[in-house]
Amino acid sequence: MEKTWNNKAWFMVLPVLVLVAFSAVIPLMTVVNYSVQDTFGGNQFFWAGAEWFEEMLHSDRFWAAMGRNLIFSAIILSIQIPLGIFIALNMPRKGWGVPVCLVLMALPLLIPWNVVGTIWQVFGRIDIGLLGYTLHALGFDYNYVNDPFDAWVTVIVMDVWHWTSLVVLLCYAGLVSIPDAFYQAAKIDGASRWAVFRYIQLPKMQRVLLIAVLLRFMDSFMIYTEPFVVTGGGPGNSTTFLSIDLVKMAVGQFDLGPAAAMSIIYFLIVLLLSWVFYTVMTNYDVEK
Amino acid sequence: MDFSWMAWTLPTAAFFITIFLMLVGMGVWEYFSPGGNPRVGILRFETTRGDRLFVSLLGSAFIHLAWLGLIGPNLWWALALAVVYAIGVFRFV
Repeated sequence: MEKTWNNKAWFMVLPVLVLVAFSAVIPLMTVVNYSVQDTFGGNQFFWAGAEWFEEMLHSDRFWAAMGRNLIFSAIILSIQIPLGIFIALNMPRKGWGVPVCLVLMALPLLIPWNVVGTIWQVFGRIDIGLLGYTLHALGFDYNYVNDPFDAWVTVIVMDVWHWTSLVVLLCYAGLVSIPDAFYQAAKIDGASRWAVFRYIQLPKMQRVLLIAVLLRFMDSFMIYTEPFVVTGGGPGNSTTFLSIDLVKMAVGQFDLGPAAAMSIIYFLIVLLLSWVFYTVMTNYDVEK
Repeated sequence: MDFSWMAWTLPTAAFFITIFLMLVGMGVWEYFSPGGNPRVGILRFETTRGDRLFVSLLGSAFIHLAWLGLIGPNLWWALALAVVYAIGVFRFV
């Protein structure tokens, strides 16, 4: 059957274009405009050129927040990806356990981010929180309010609790799509449990794993709400990630110019990493 | 409509108009030579001319940032370098 070419279909895209223009393009343009100017409010702006970008690129505060963000994302990925695979491998494939496990896994994902932060903020308190109180009673010197290490551990454990199930669900979807014939062939060949994982399950999960890595990296790199609610970026600046620093700068200090410059650098890094992940994913498909 | 809240300046308007003209140019190019001219270049994966424009613009942004961070605020040489880089991307990527 011959294809019908009809350019009227472009009109169907118009609503999305308008939506994207209002929600992304116009705000982004405004941020670019702010990044080259200084303002003290009242819609009065003074040309600053590339000064804010230069200031940001030489700012220890910016690079420290960037470093913390990269370390946080690396830790999150190194925990959540193997743990997600491990849980998915051990989830039941049939019977009543399947829906139970799926619902349990989906539960943390359904909780709003600020609620997750509040839960862990209370949970970790040494006076009334179950975790903090128990650790304290057991003799551990745990206090996420005063100790940067404890604050990091709390934020990481909270993120692992909140988001590992996404990796689990993605991996599980990859695992259940493997036909039984693969396992039967492996059994006939006498393949070990490791060999089955290495040569059947892992290759079949590769695509969903790439998506999981992309989603978890981007989300952890842009994390804001949970650590903000739990630690507020402290103690000191120990859990001040880029997004928290950005909000402090823009809303707390009303330094809109530097904050806009920081937003653009942050955006460019996110864009670059997204493109790298997207390219790897799409080219993996082509190679396959 | 009052757009003063967007804090427009002549240089930023020129910047966005240039980007817009590039996109229009790509549209015209696509109209006369449809298909996006896909090919495998030095990055060893297939790119269309839209991909090459994206890589050029993103790379140019980082060239300007690197220049600003490592050398100084005079960005004309960074712009020249970005143009050479973009030509290279369209030629070899």
